[in-house]
Amino acid sequence: MTPSPPAIQLVGLTKCFDRTTACDRIDLDVRRGEILALLGENGSGKTTLTNMLSGIYQPDAGRVLLDGKPAVIRSPRDAIRLGIGMIHQHFKLVEVLTARENILLGQRGPLKTRPEDALASFGMAVDLDKKIYDMSVSEKQAVEILKVLCRGADKLILDEPTAVLTPQEIQHLFDALDRMRKEGKAVIIITHKLDEVMAISDRVSVLRRGVNVGTVETARTDRYFLTELMVGRPLDLDVRRAEAPLGPTLLKVSKLTARDEGGRQLIQDVSFELRGGEIMGVAGVAGSGQKALCEIIAGLEKPSDGSVFMDGQRIDGLTPREIIRRGVSMAFIPEDRLGMGLVGGMNIPDNLLLKTYRDEKGIILRRRKAREEAQRMVERLRIVTPGLNVKLSKLSGGNVQKVLLGREISLGPRVLITAYPVRGLDIGASMTIYDMLNEQKQKGVGVLFVGEDLDVLLSLCDRILVLCAGRVSAIVESRFATKALLGMKMTGLRTDKEDEYV
Amino acid sequence: MFKPLLSAPHVVQRGEVKPAAAWAYRAFAVLIALAAGGVFLASLGYNPFRVYASMLMGALGTPGMQRETVKLTIPLAMASLGVLLAFKMRFWNIGAEGQFALGAVAASYFAYFQPQLPPALLISLMAASAVVLAGLWGLVPAWFKTRFGTNETLFTLMLNYIVLYIITYLREGPWRDPAGGFAATPRFPRQARLPELHFPSIGNVHIGLIVMLLAVVLVYLYLRYTKQGYEIAVVGQNERTARYAGMPVKRIVLRTMFLSAGICGLAGMMQVAGPDRQLTDAVAGGRGFTAVSVVWLARLSPLGSLAVAFLFSVMQKGCSMMQTEFRIPASMSDILQGIVLFFVLGAEFFLQYSIRRRREVPA
Repeated sequence: MTPSPPAIQLVGLTKCFDRTTACDRIDLDVRRGEILALLGENGSGKTTLTNMLSGIYQPDAGRVLLDGKPAVIRSPRDAIRLGIGMIHQHFKLVEVLTARENILLGQRGPLKTRPEDALASFGMAVDLDKKIYDMSVSEKQAVEILKVLCRGADKLILDEPTAVLTPQEIQHLFDALDRMRKEGKAVIIITHKLDEVMAISDRVSVLRRGVNVGTVETARTDRYFLTELMVGRPLDLDVRRAEAPLGPTLLKVSKLTARDEGGRQLIQDVSFELRGGEIMGVAGVAGSGQKALCEIIAGLEKPSDGSVFMDGQRIDGLTPREIIRRGVSMAFIPEDRLGMGLVGGMNIPDNLLLKTYRDEKGIILRRRKAREEAQRMVERLRIVTPGLNVKLSKLSGGNVQKVLLGREISLGPRVLITAYPVRGLDIGASMTIYDMLNEQKQKGVGVLFVGEDLDVLLSLCDRILVLCAGRVSAIVESRFATKALLGMKMTGLRTDKEDEYV
Repeated sequence: MFKPLLSAPHVVQRGEVKPAAAWAYRAFAVLIALAAGGVFLASLGYNPFRVYASMLMGALGTPGMQRETVKLTIPLAMASLGVLLAFKMRFWNIGAEGQFALGAVAASYFAYFQPQLPPALLISLMAASAVVLAGLWGLVPAWFKTRFGTNETLFTLMLNYIVLYIITYLREGPWRDPAGGFAATPRFPRQARLPELHFPSIGNVHIGLIVMLLAVVLVYLYLRYTKQGYEIAVVGQNERTARYAGMPVKRIVLRTMFLSAGICGLAGMMQVAGPDRQLTDAVAGGRGFTAVSVVWLARLSPLGSLAVAFLFSVMQKGCSMMQTEFRIPASMSDILQGIVLFFVLGAEFFLQYSIRRRREVPA
C-alpha cells in the first residue's frame, strides 16, 4: 500500500505583486493528523500564501494539490467546498446573531457536521445560542473554528490564533487542535511565538522573503535554530529589563471612569502612578478598557469622572492640542496604527511631520528636516522601504510600526504611552522595539506599555497593571508575578493569596 | 507530470504606475471615448470625422472662436479650483453652483447700487463681497457637519436651489429693470465691468483669465507647500489621525470650506462682471456641477483641472458649432462628456488592477 498523499501540497506556488515576489516557488505539504507551524517574519509571505489557499488571491504560478488532486481555488467558497477552513485573525462574525445563526449564515444546503457534534468531539465550550456580542474573544474564535468544521473543513489554517488569548485560553485552543490532529485533520498554524511552535506543532516550515527556507521536525529543533532560520542570522531572544534609577512621579491617574456613547462602562475607578525611569505594563484581555485608558490620557476622549495629572498639571478633558501646548510631552501610539496615528496615503517624511509641522514659523510647510529625519530613521531602525516617497500603506505592518514608534521617540517625550507596539511584528523587529523602550526608560521617560504577550510583559516591565472589565484587578511587581497569576487576574478569578501580590 | 491546469484569468492589484504612463492611459481612454461617440454619431447618420472636425474648428478654428472657448474655460476652471479644495479634504461640496451664483449676486449689488465708487474700488469690493458672501454660504453646511455630523453632499446640493430662487426673486422684484419690458435685471454700468486685456493671438479677454491662471498656481502651491494644505490632506485622508496629532479639525474644515466656496463665489463675480454684464438666473449655468466632473477627471490636480476644464470648454463650444452646421442637438455635448467620463474613470480601474492569466512554473 502506498502512503496516502498529503492533505495539502503546494508545488512551486508563486505570487507577485508589482515588482516584489511575495511567494517564490513555495513547496509545502501538510499530512493528515499533523499540525504544521508556519513561521516567518513580517512580509515573508505567510499571509499571501494562506490567502492563496483560501481563494482570496490567485497564484501567478504553481499548483495546489489537495489529497493528491490538483485544485483551483477561485474564491473562499471554493476553498470551503474543498475542505479548507480559514480562521482569520480578525473575526468575520455578525455580532447581533447567535453562534448557531452565524454558523448557518450563508450556508447552502445542510451542514456537513452538526454544531453539537463538533463541539463534543473537540471539547470546545461554546454556548450555541449566545449572541456574539456577549462573547469573549476566545469564544468568538471558537465559533469561527466551529463554523468551518461544520461546513466540512478537514484542512484548517489558523492565522495567529493565539495573539488575543490568555494563557488559559491558549491551552484550551491547543487541546482542541490536538483533538483535531487525532481525528486526522490537517492543521496549519501561523504564529510568531516560538514557544507555541514548540508546544503544538509536529513540523515547522520557515518562510523568509517569500522562500521556504526549510521544513524541520519540531522534536528535532529548538528556538534558536528556528530563529536563525527565520531571521537569517543568530539573534538574542531574551527580553531584558533595563536598570534605571526611579525618577519622580510623572503621570498620576486617579479614579478614572469613562463610558462610551451608549453609556456602557469602558473603565471604572482606574488609579495608578507612573514614574520616570520605569516601564509599567498594562495586561488584560482585549477590550478590557486599554483603549479608553490610553485615549483619555492622550486627550482624545473625555472621562466622565476622575482626573489625570501630568507633572502636577491637570490634563484630563483638555484637547490633544492643548496638552501639547502646555508643554506636556506625551507620545501615544494608538492600538490601530494606520487608523489613528498615521496617514496611509502619505509618505514617511509627511507622516513624521504630523506632530511637529506647527513648530516651524510661517505658513510654509518645511519638509527638508523631516526628509533628513526620515532617512536617518530608515537606516537606524532598518525600515524596509523602496524609498522615502512610497506611501506608508505600501509598507508591511512591522515597518509601519517602526515609523510610528520612531516618530514618537524622536519627539523626546517624558511619558510614552504605547499600545501593542509589537503587534504583528516579527522577532527581530520586536526586539528592536523593546530595546527602544528600554532606552527611553533609561533616559528617565515613564513608559506605559499596553501589551498582550505576558512573557514579554513579565520580563520587560517593572510593574504590571492588570485590567479586567475596565477595572484595575491588580498592580503587581513583575519580578514576583507569574503568567498564571496574570491570567487569573485578567479573567477576574481570585487567587488564594491575593494580598501577597497586590 | 500533471496536466496543465485551466488558465484562470484573474484580477490582481497593481503597484505604482508611473505618472507618465498613467496619463497615457487616460489619454488613450479619451481616444476610445471619442471613438465610441463616433459610433454613436454614425448610428445617427452623421459622418463622425466631419462632425469632430467641425467641432474642433468651431472651438479653435479662428481667433474669435478661441477667445470664446477661453472665456468658457475661465469660470469652469475657477469653480473647479474651489470644488477641488473641498474634495481634497473629502468634503463633498456639491454646492459650487449656488456659491458661484451667490458670488454673482454679491457683485451685482455693488454694480447696481454703488456705481458712483471709483472703478478700482468698485471692482475690488465686488470681488471681495463675492468671496465673503459665498464663503459664508459655504460655512453653513460645514458648520452643521462639524457640529452635528450632517451629510454635506445633500446639504450643499439643496443650498444651490435656494440661491437660484433668490436670483429669480431679485430679478422679478427689487432688482428688476424698470426700463425693460419683461422681468430682467439691468445691465451693469461700464465701470462695474471687468477690464479687458488685449492678447495678440486671440484679442480682448477680461482680466479674469489672469486671475484664474494665478489661482491655479496658488491653489497648487497652497496644497503642496503650506501647512494648511498639509492639514487639508491629513484631515481628508484620516480624520482620526488629524485629531490625534492635535489638529484643530473643525477649524480646518470650516476654513477650507470658506476658501472653497469663496473661490466659487469669485468665479461667479468674474462671470457676471465679465461676459454676462447682467445678473441672470443662468449665471452659473450648470458650471458648478460640471466642475465636480472636472475635478474628478483631473484626479484632484489643480493643473489637471485647468486642462480638463479647457477640454470641456472646447467640447461645449465645438458642439454649438456642430449644432448649427449639422443640426445635431447641443445635448450631444453632454452625451460626449458623459462618455468621456465613463471611459476615463474606467481607465482608473486598469491603473489600479490588471488582469492576469496563470502561467506554469518554469521547471
